[in-house]
Amino acid sequence: MSSPKQALAQPASSADAAPGEQPGAAGRAHGRGTPDPGRSSWRSRLYRWDMKASPYAFISPFFIVFGAFSLVPLLYTAWYSLHNVQLANLDSQTWAGLDNYRNLLSSDFFWNSLWVTFTVGVISTVPQLLMALGLAHLLNYKLRGSTVWRVVMLTPYATSVAAATLVFVLLYSWDGGMINWILDFFGIDPVNWRESDWGSKFAVSSIVIWRWTGYNALIYLAAMQAIPSDLYESASLDGANRWQQFRHVTIPQLRPTILFTVVVSTIGATQLFGEPLLFGGVSGSKGGSEHQYQTLGLYMYDQGWIIGNLGKASAIAWTMFLILLIIGVIQMLISRRLRKSQ
Amino acid sequence: MTASDVTLPRADRPRRERRRVMGAGKQLHAGPVTYLVLTLFALVSLAPLVWTAIAASRTDRRLAETPPPLWFGGNLFKNMQTAWDEAGLGTAMFNTTFVAATITVSTVLFSTLAGFAFAKLRFRFSGVLLMLTIGTMMVPPQLAVVPLYLWMADLGWSNQLQTVILPTLVTAFGTFFMRQYLVQALPTELIEAARVDGASSLRIVWHVVFPAARPAMAVLGLLTFVFAWNDFLWPIIALNQENPTVQVALNSLGTGYVPDQAVIMAGALLGTLPLLIAFLLFGKQIVGGIMQGAIKG
Repeated sequence: MSSPKQALAQPASSADAAPGEQPGAAGRAHGRGTPDPGRSSWRSRLYRWDMKASPYAFISPFFIVFGAFSLVPLLYTAWYSLHNVQLANLDSQTWAGLDNYRNLLSSDFFWNSLWVTFTVGVISTVPQLLMALGLAHLLNYKLRGSTVWRVVMLTPYATSVAAATLVFVLLYSWDGGMINWILDFFGIDPVNWRESDWGSKFAVSSIVIWRWTGYNALIYLAAMQAIPSDLYESASLDGANRWQQFRHVTIPQLRPTILFTVVVSTIGATQLFGEPLLFGGVSGSKGGSEHQYQTLGLYMYDQGWIIGNLGKASAIAWTMFLILLIIGVIQMLISRRLRKSQ
Repeated sequence: MTASDVTLPRADRPRRERRRVMGAGKQLHAGPVTYLVLTLFALVSLAPLVWTAIAASRTDRRLAETPPPLWFGGNLFKNMQTAWDEAGLGTAMFNTTFVAATITVSTVLFSTLAGFAFAKLRFRFSGVLLMLTIGTMMVPPQLAVVPLYLWMADLGWSNQLQTVILPTLVTAFGTFFMRQYLVQALPTELIEAARVDGASSLRIVWHVVFPAARPAMAVLGLLTFVFAWNDFLWPIIALNQENPTVQVALNSLGTGYVPDQAVIMAGALLGTLPLLIAFLLFGKQIVGGIMQGAIKG
């Protein structure tokens, strides 16, 4: 709010020039031109004020809402993580120091949730991005009905986490589920997708893979279409076959995009929540009888709103944030290295 | 400063067009193997959705039997009716439509304003503020929900729709998306010319920025609507089955609110149907928006 005042104090240039002009009359007649010092000072003052203040006016709705509901809560979460805040008794919030964090570090379920988040993250992200890359390559051919193909691949993205997971729960059911029935068709014993350790991790990951592969493929496709064709021409002149072109032209050109999708997918995997929650059914926040798919996000929800310890939930949220910061720094270092090597 | 402003988009645009033409030139025609693999991908994409409709048209008992049904039964409308009335999908659809529409309008409007300021106007701290906006796109929603929950409880707003509307009225993604679009789509000369004509900033926004931004606004609107319709974490904390959004109602279904698998599938189908229709109508634009948003990466 200081800027408009500054602006009002400034228009000295217009005030000391050409005193003979009538303020209002000149406005219309030769109002086409940068505010020359000969014209009404209030007009140019208004103009300057408008120039100075309007950018702030335009960004302020965004930053007011964004600040109030994203930035300020981020700091408050840190504050609450240092307090004992219980859902059952919200009025008494006592200082707890680092107790919530100490409590976390000594909890088996916390370490378990880190392990689950990591493994499910890898199982869901790596195949997803590899398949998306292959799919993008295919979509990059000249296709009949190319738009239809793209929309079809994106359809899972229209399905909400909740809807998709409810369907997959049924597909993965132990008895009479579609997937075990198909496995049986190939002579494979039914898998207990809900209770087994790796089976359930795989099942939860498959929901993520299903929802996001097409989306990432479109992102790769956009980047592939921006690769200049002379690179391919000179590669084929050098006798490179299609696979070698893909390997030595497409992939290096896509590096920044691949890094971008890795970053976004890592962030998504670190906060994974809805899929394991609904996959678990009635007691979903536990992430299975052995907590075998209780991710960090799910553990936070369980501690905060099922157990009712919001202080601890805040500590988990900030731990998640710190993990992401560390991953972010690592990825930044990698990308800088890649840029240098190019 | 004006000179560089004016030349930047000019130098930028022809290069992009040339690139696109060259990119199109190298496209090879797809062979039968490509079509075969794509068909497999398409099947995997669509089969779960088709099967949702099949399961929604059956009975709970039939869904527990082996082999699972592969074709439609006759109970689709009965199950949808049950989901609509007993699982609260009716209220939920109404609530979510209202929430998503409000969020979409405000996000598009405020993102365009802020995106325009970041793309074309000069002001102090613009660089820092833009970095802040981009940086917080990476902060998970988990970092906000505890304070939000406590504040909403303080205000006595538990279970009211404004609890899920207010925090999502703007998105960092939207602002960044509009900024990226306007940097190259809105010629700075146009703004300069309007200024020379004595137009105020507000008039410029109305007569120059909005017309230029319209295609991106439409795409951002679609993406925001999909995002708002499917938002999960905060709604299931803030609301319960008494006044649910679609995702809250589906969450209740998943935790045994109506223990009938066919009804659950009917609920999942109902809750997805509006977005599937949107994809059918605007799929091309949504695909375009995602690909457009990707290039900046």
